[in-house]
Amino acid sequence: MGIFSARLNQALCGPAWLWRPCSVQGFGLEGPRRPFHPEHSRFSPPRRTGSPSAAARPGPAPPAGPAAPRGAEVERRGRSRSRPRMAAAASPARELTQNPLQKTWEPYDNGLPAGHSAQRGVCMTNCPTLIVMVGLPARGKTYISKKLTRYLNWIGVPTKEFNVGQYRRDLVKKYKSFEFFLPDNEEGLKIRKQCALAALNDVRQYLSEENGHVAVFDATNTTRERRETIYKFGEENGYKTFFVESVCVDPEVIAANIVQVKLGSPDYVDCSNDEATEDFMKRIECYKNSYETLDENLDKDLSYIKIMDVGRSYLVNRVMDHIQSRIVYYLMNIHVTPRSIYLCRHGESELNLKGRIGGDPGLSVRGKEFAKSLAQFINEQNIKDLKVWTSQMKRTIQTAEALGVPYEQWKVLNEIDAGVCEEMTYEEIQENYPLEFALRDQDKYRYRYPKGESYEDLVQRLEPVIMELERQENVLVICHQAVMRCLLAYFLDKPAGCKVESIFLNVEAVNTHRDKPENVGVDRSREEALRTVPNHL
Amino acid sequence: MGIFSARLNQALCGPAWLWRPCSVQGFGLEGPRRPFHPEHSRFSPPRRTGSPSAAARPGPAPPAGPAAPRGAEVERRGRSRSRPRMAAAASPARELTQNPLQKTWEPYDNGLPAGHSAQRGVCMTNCPTLIVMVGLPARGKTYISKKLTRYLNWIGVPTKEFNVGQYRRDLVKKYKSFEFFLPDNEEGLKIRKQCALAALNDVRQYLSEENGHVAVFDATNTTRERRETIYKFGEENGYKTFFVESVCVDPEVIAANIVQVKLGSPDYVDCSNDEATEDFMKRIECYKNSYETLDENLDKDLSYIKIMDVGRSYLVNRVMDHIQSRIVYYLMNIHVTPRSIYLCRHGESELNLKGRIGGDPGLSVRGKEFAKSLAQFINEQNIKDLKVWTSQMKRTIQTAEALGVPYEQWKVLNEIDAGVCEEMTYEEIQENYPLEFALRDQDKYRYRYPKGESYEDLVQRLEPVIMELERQENVLVICHQAVMRCLLAYFLDKPAEQLPYLKCPLHTVLKLTPVAYGCKVESIFLNVEAVNTHRDKPENVGVDRSREEALRTVPNHL
Repeated sequence: MGIFSARLNQALCGPAWLWRPCSVQGFGLEGPRRPFHPEHSRFSPPRRTGSPSAAARPGPAPPAGPAAPRGAEVERRGRSRSRPRMAAAASPARELTQNPLQKTWEPYDNGLPAGHSAQRGVCMTNCPTLIVMVGLPARGKTYISKKLTRYLNWIGVPTKEFNVGQYRRDLVKKYKSFEFFLPDNEEGLKIRKQCALAALNDVRQYLSEENGHVAVFDATNTTRERRETIYKFGEENGYKTFFVESVCVDPEVIAANIVQVKLGSPDYVDCSNDEATEDFMKRIECYKNSYETLDENLDKDLSYIKIMDVGRSYLVNRVMDHIQSRIVYYLMNIHVTPRSIYLCRHGESELNLKGRIGGDPGLSVRGKEFAKSLAQFINEQNIKDLKVWTSQMKRTIQTAEALGVPYEQWKVLNEIDAGVCEEMTYEEIQENYPLEFALRDQDKYRYRYPKGESYEDLVQRLEPVIMELERQENVLVICHQAVMRCLLAYFLDKPAGCKVESIFLNVEAVNTHRDKPENVGVDRSREEALRTVPNHL
Repeated sequence: MGIFSARLNQALCGPAWLWRPCSVQGFGLEGPRRPFHPEHSRFSPPRRTGSPSAAARPGPAPPAGPAAPRGAEVERRGRSRSRPRMAAAASPARELTQNPLQKTWEPYDNGLPAGHSAQRGVCMTNCPTLIVMVGLPARGKTYISKKLTRYLNWIGVPTKEFNVGQYRRDLVKKYKSFEFFLPDNEEGLKIRKQCALAALNDVRQYLSEENGHVAVFDATNTTRERRETIYKFGEENGYKTFFVESVCVDPEVIAANIVQVKLGSPDYVDCSNDEATEDFMKRIECYKNSYETLDENLDKDLSYIKIMDVGRSYLVNRVMDHIQSRIVYYLMNIHVTPRSIYLCRHGESELNLKGRIGGDPGLSVRGKEFAKSLAQFINEQNIKDLKVWTSQMKRTIQTAEALGVPYEQWKVLNEIDAGVCEEMTYEEIQENYPLEFALRDQDKYRYRYPKGESYEDLVQRLEPVIMELERQENVLVICHQAVMRCLLAYFLDKPAEQLPYLKCPLHTVLKLTPVAYGCKVESIFLNVEAVNTHRDKPENVGVDRSREEALRTVPNHL
């Protein structure tokens, strides 16, 4: 138990790094993010007497359990995992203390988290970013916005999209016709301006008050004047503005977009498809006269990417920082060719049977049977140019071997590293590391195994896989439970739309899913801790 | 010893994955790459009777030790580490066997590596790539070529640049004047064509016979006709061609480029700087009339990136595969603003003192002293907008804390994971895992610790750090021995065999400043004593060496 008492001592305070290290004027985000507070934890909050920097920090938060408000969830994903963690400057009394949940080292000052004080005036690359879509209707702006938002959230950058069309629909309940969008429709203009302003207000709220990092402003923004207004808005609020224009002249692509997303729009709920298409084409015309594309010379001082013909080519101008560079790379790798991604785990392993986690075991008899069934299934699906990826662990490679097709081994697809808990049963973890086990149940996403990884680490590790999955067409990924959860979370994020079919291949296997138990406190009984452990040998 | 006898059994054959999974017609690379063969190893080669696929594979290679030919070195870095490892299809008798060096699982067929047979006809994204530079003289083409070549080699994609100017200098020993480049100088034209052809021949040799993955063809290639010739050459040989054009109209940038790299050129060894500049400006003029830039419409079917004004903007067209996408991302992140990168390790740790590797210890007394000296040094350097990066390990964070400035913690900067050997002394590793210890000495770059990492793994892990270092300006990276070796190898263009032996002593800052095509290195010892943690490659790396031989190069410790 020696190791635990040491950890208990270190755990007296919550971590202090959940702030944004940026203090641009007018940005209003000097304060730290709310510190993590393990729910039902026995750890008492630090004594907060005397230090003004401690007083500025919010007190111990209410338990952030399943019933916590949405805001808390956002905060949980709040730190930009795409950027490394930030820390602060020295004072003589500073000492490093290990965060018991994430196993990170953090400076403490007289027993108090010291991250905050030294941050003044330092503006790192992760200032809030305002992404402004540009383009005629039906150019995939909303598709790009949603997809980009999903990606950024997944890699840990809190991002929200603001669709001005939705504001309009909320304000004007009933859409009549394209005439609303005519350049000389004064009432229409007024309402549209009102909506844009309301959306920008919400952008400000999100970036400056709700700790958002990136806002995606999804509207046509087809005139230089409008873009200038938005750019100024960004400047005044201390945001970096990045424009994303989608230019497309291929009538087939536009028609496909209209069929795919516009006909289902609430605007056209009472029309036939032909009526809707006709009206929408006229709506596009309303913008065409005043449309000013981003220009190599006129807009040479702006940061932007211009996407031509759904990714045939790109013009990229003045990429200013890390996040813009990541955004550009992502946008250059996505495509819209129809395809399917197949995710599965390896066949049942010898350690699965025994209820042990991790390790590098081979397949059980049933696991091998699954591999054969998978081969048959893949054969029957008759998938064009299917790529098969595995991890570098024996059980996924054994599964892929049965397919009789080439495959690629990715080390980054390896299962989460459970550190000192590798090859243990849950019962053994509870017995040997009861505190660790409880901490994991309290925040499974951020919990890092001693000498191992967290789900949060895993997502970072898997980013190149997601990027390459975006680039590829049909792919079968044979991976592991935690890895598959991370990949699935990316593809299933609600707004970005992915149809999921779940196919059980009719080979029995042990259940390896352990639900979150009701009691996640560090003082729970063994029985309470093990209540949700699935059956095993 | 149970674990070792198991490994010995698994080690009967070399791995079979060192082939390129691509069989484009005319490509001539159906055969596998030469299998890895541990030097002085006791493992006997597989019996190669009866199987035609085994016969096609090269027999047991001679020990690929320090005396091995250059070809072998290329092969060691041969597999594209930027792409995951490839493996092959099933046959009923296939079984997985763990490679003892890299701890990877590989299919074996009746005791023989089985990677090969199933690869026919499958063309993955890592076909050979021909990168063709485009642009007037003094637009940084050679800078980009060299830098890109260095990056790709570092991430494990065997890449070579072919500079046509160098072929010309080799052929025509003495450069006279710009008149050689006049469009109506027939002899000049003939020689230049000859050089271009010779270079393309070498490109073919490299990509089709020497297992190269990427060739960078560095010449002006300013006419559409010339580019078409090269594109056809690529098509005929099964290469994907990607053009990289650098367009620059800023006279200051051009002048700076001439001063930085052209005045030192062998062409101008006997001239004054003014004469050289004047001649070079005229040389540029020779190309201007016929220069056709890559055009959005005319060249819309080509894959290319056009870099405008040293990275102010980029036009990117038809990126075809993974490697092109990586290249584009890299080119969009590099810049030429003068800056310095400071690399150092954490201060001496408690475990350093004891001669133990890894772990997550705090600083020793001297380590803390170093942290203070580092603070003073950084202060005195008075560096503009210095970023400070650490790993997530206590010892680097403690070192950074002393600086009194903000810093960023990167998990990917953590020290190499020594797996089961974490926190051991070399003596303990030799005692508990003598075979592992010998394998590591045989190929330290590719050796993966049981349940840990290899240097090769580390390079992959560090790629985002390199990318961000390229994007940034002044940065101090406080890291670890193995990590620092990997970073240093990138900046100094060191091959994989040398990388794990680069000297990165404690309490010493390396200041790297880009100059011309390379990097100036200043090594600054901050005058705080520390233990030596560098263990040289011992002479005997055989698995049957004695304990004494294995430990001969272990540095002193408590």
